[in-house]
Amino acid sequence: MAEIYFTKDHEWIKVEDNIGVVGITAYASEQLGDIVFVELPEEGITAEIGKDIAVVESVKAASEVYSPVSGTIIKSNEDLNSTPEIVNEDPVGKGWFYEIEISNNDELSGLMSEEEYQKHIGD
Amino acid sequence: MRYLPLTKNDREEMLSTIGVNNIDELFSNIAEKVSINPKFDLPNHKTEMEVEKHLSLLSDKNLHADNSNFFIGGGSYKHHIPASVDHIIQRSEFLTSYTPYQPEISQGTLQYLYEFQTQVSLLTGMDISNASMYDGSTAAAEAVSMAKRITKRNEVILSNTIHPHYADVIKTVSGIKDSEFVYNRNFSIDIDYLFNEVDENTACVVVQNPDFFGSCYDLSSLAEFVQSKGALLIVVVTEVLSLGMMKSPGAMGADIVACEGQSLGNPMNFGGPYVGLLSTKNKYLRQIPGRIVGESEDVDGKKGFVLTLSAREQHIRREKATSNICTNSGLCSLAFTIHLTLLGEKGFKSLSRLNHESALNLKEKILKIPEVKLLNKSFFNEFTIELPIKGEVFVDRMAEKGVLAGIPVSRLINNNKELDNFVVVASTETNTEDDMNSYIEAANEVL
Amino acid sequence: MKNSNKGLNHDEPILFEIGGVDKSGVDLNKPTFKENFIGECFEDREIGLPGLSEPESIRHYVRLSRKNYSIDAGLYPLGSCTMKHNPRLNEKLARLKGFSEVHPLQPLSTCQGALELIDEISIWLKELTGMKAVTMTPKAGAQGELCGMLAIKKAIEARNECNRTKVLVPDSAHGTNPATAAFLGFDVVTIKSDKNGRLNFDDFKENVDKDFAAAMITNPNTCGLFEDDIIEIANYIHDAGGYLYCDGANFNALVGKVRPGDLGIDAMHINLHKTFSTPHGGGGPGSGPVVFSDILKDFCPAPLLKKDEENYYLVENHNDKDIDKSFGRLCVFHGQMGMFVRALSYMMSHGSDGLRQVSEDAVLNANYIKSSLEDILTPAYEGYCMHEVLFNDDFLSGTGVETIDFAKALIDKGYHPMTIYFPLVVHGALLVEPTETESKNSIDQFIETIRELASKTQDGEDFFKKAPIYTPIRRLDETKAARNPVLRWQKNDVIAAE
Repeated sequence: MAEIYFTKDHEWIKVEDNIGVVGITAYASEQLGDIVFVELPEEGITAEIGKDIAVVESVKAASEVYSPVSGTIIKSNEDLNSTPEIVNEDPVGKGWFYEIEISNNDELSGLMSEEEYQKHIGD
Repeated sequence: MRYLPLTKNDREEMLSTIGVNNIDELFSNIAEKVSINPKFDLPNHKTEMEVEKHLSLLSDKNLHADNSNFFIGGGSYKHHIPASVDHIIQRSEFLTSYTPYQPEISQGTLQYLYEFQTQVSLLTGMDISNASMYDGSTAAAEAVSMAKRITKRNEVILSNTIHPHYADVIKTVSGIKDSEFVYNRNFSIDIDYLFNEVDENTACVVVQNPDFFGSCYDLSSLAEFVQSKGALLIVVVTEVLSLGMMKSPGAMGADIVACEGQSLGNPMNFGGPYVGLLSTKNKYLRQIPGRIVGESEDVDGKKGFVLTLSAREQHIRREKATSNICTNSGLCSLAFTIHLTLLGEKGFKSLSRLNHESALNLKEKILKIPEVKLLNKSFFNEFTIELPIKGEVFVDRMAEKGVLAGIPVSRLINNNKELDNFVVVASTETNTEDDMNSYIEAANEVL
Repeated sequence: MKNSNKGLNHDEPILFEIGGVDKSGVDLNKPTFKENFIGECFEDREIGLPGLSEPESIRHYVRLSRKNYSIDAGLYPLGSCTMKHNPRLNEKLARLKGFSEVHPLQPLSTCQGALELIDEISIWLKELTGMKAVTMTPKAGAQGELCGMLAIKKAIEARNECNRTKVLVPDSAHGTNPATAAFLGFDVVTIKSDKNGRLNFDDFKENVDKDFAAAMITNPNTCGLFEDDIIEIANYIHDAGGYLYCDGANFNALVGKVRPGDLGIDAMHINLHKTFSTPHGGGGPGSGPVVFSDILKDFCPAPLLKKDEENYYLVENHNDKDIDKSFGRLCVFHGQMGMFVRALSYMMSHGSDGLRQVSEDAVLNANYIKSSLEDILTPAYEGYCMHEVLFNDDFLSGTGVETIDFAKALIDKGYHPMTIYFPLVVHGALLVEPTETESKNSIDQFIETIRELASKTQDGEDFFKKAPIYTPIRRLDETKAARNPVLRWQKNDVIAAE
């Protein structure tokens, strides 16, 4: 059963067993505007919790994407290379950025639930 | 004061609208902390006539390419610029317009930059180019930064024959240690040195072609070797006209090309302003610094141009920008593109040939002077000679005779006694048979 | 080709669609093509460069030029850009052959006049800023910042305090400031502005610790306000062992009236293309000389200009003893001489009396605009401004019109828009800087136009969303340009169009 968590920097992570799928939230993609480019991490590299792992560029802004958890990158979403607009259209579904093998499940307890995140952006 | 339109009445009315009695009230918060209206040790305003007189006197003190026999190159070249170029760049809409951030009212600038980017890519044989950098040396430094970002490596290897100032600029901006940079007496690229030094920590190798001493190389095998180690080859070109007679850097395998574009459209101007050209492969698009113009459409479907990929630039990325650069070379890039348009393919290649033939002609004459030797096995429009006396002495004595005879190598490389007798000499399409004969005559007297 | 011209508004194709490889606008002597000494890389290749005859070239570029707005044609209220008139005397003098046809590496005895000019402008800049030393070499403002911060970095190394890596930058700063600091390996910490639009001194003090290297402060700041605490800030910085870099982009508010050196700064770059009228040229060239205080002057980049009893000379090579502490070299040769000539001509034409009038009129014009618009627009801060006035987009709330739409509508009224969405500290910012070379008439017309447009926003957003409609081209799809970058013409463009 997949669980979804959120970070204060507007990333989401769907976790099943110890595999996570990471992307940015609808709120983030709206704030950025039309996404024009996504720089994705290479497969096999190590990600560290809270450190920048990807970059998402719009016409007017560019933002770091910080990894919600530590682990090893399994796969990046190649579709975003040719059609970055998917991130605007379906940020929490088809607009996923990468899959990660989580090295430390305890890190998940520091993340927000959907409810907590909605409250966070409501503030 | 001819540049200030406000009259005394205007100022009074405006102060009244604001609700203050005098202008210093608007500076009162400053006056509380520090003294305002200081007395400067500077003159009061001068009339147009007086300013013109003063600067003309300074100008008259200088020998220059039009009142001497001129043979200096070394990264800045004397070429003939068609009259139309300067005329067009002084049009108000080019001279006094701002950066094209509002594309609807800057299509003039954006279109010529798009044309410029295409011309530069064709000349260098690369996929894409930006809208120019300050000059060749800073373009080279930016290319090095690009290579470090792309490869995620830190070591930079400079060839022993790049322009000494370019080497200094790269070192300053990229923090390379002196020990990685060696000039040797061979005056040709020390290929063995480069092959030995490149390893898996190397971000890039920087090579100049034709090099500072004038020699030309086929860099294809070097490019292959460098890239086999996962590093990038950066080629520097200080005389763009050389590209009319040589394989393009792109065809020879360059990853990034950094050129000085001054030879087209821009006078030597005692060192600036110039125009840097930066070209690279499609795959490095997102790492290219500076401004870049792209095609787009407006709401009516009409084709137009915009500044694009701005997310890389300082005004958006801030700390993570690809560079801190803000301006490009604007008017100098316009002069470049106009001159190149006027030349066209035929004109550019002819001009290139004329330069080479001029240098060949001078070389033949110089070799007849006893005790003067030519270093180069190849050259485009400048070469290096070895004299029986110190280069600086030779050049100074020639200057007294109205001949600007070249650059003494010791001026730029002053820590190697072996180089003291060498002079780099250039000859372009502007040097006539008479000029060259004057050179030879003066040299014979001086030596 | 379909004619879509409209009166004097001509469509102009791309050079590559009208030029040809067999056309030329230059008459050259014929080369002999006999021999070549190029060697192994010789090639007579097809480059693909289009040429045009002289009449065609002139027509091409003249038609392009007419699609551009320019200062000569109208007011440019661009905040932080200082779009003042570009005097034509400057252009004439820059073209004197004794400046334009001189090679930077001529024997020094043959170019003493050029060196003397550089010395003269150096003296003007030092006097006007009240600083001890100046380097003329940086090629633009951003390079000037690089220069100042490199000097600071070198000074820190000379003191063996390389733990000092922290640079504080206000959140209102121009993007080049943090970009420069980060590029040099500093850790950038952003300091918040307070509700009066100035640097929050308490927040600043909290972030100064033993790792503090320097602060980069713009003064007047990008909100158009003088940092009233600047002297206290400078003292605090020096007591903590750090350096104060001042971004001099807004010097036009102070020139001839206040000396930045009196405020405790250690280095400041000056934009000759802003304060000193050298032309913006559609984006460049600029020139960004940097003035230094006593504690930084030893670290100046090469070359140094010096004078012995009679003659000027240059100290150029890093192993000369006079520049052994220098941080290195920023560019080939000596800097933007062409811009020095123009700037010196401007300085001499104004004199110290005229320059004082410049800053006074610049500040007067901006405050006049503020007073005339504050009932209908929403100034971001209370009180007098300096040479530029900052508005936020509160006056647009509820109208559906955004700052960008307001700006595009201003284009239809014959003006280049003001700076928008900068500084970032204010929502939907509109930053207006008239400069001192606008007449009262011109400013009154501008004020009237803004008032008219502001009222019109109450009638609905449609007019604004559609703007501009009178320009040669309307709003462009910037997303498309960034998603599918087409950065040059390619031969198969022609095929695709058919």
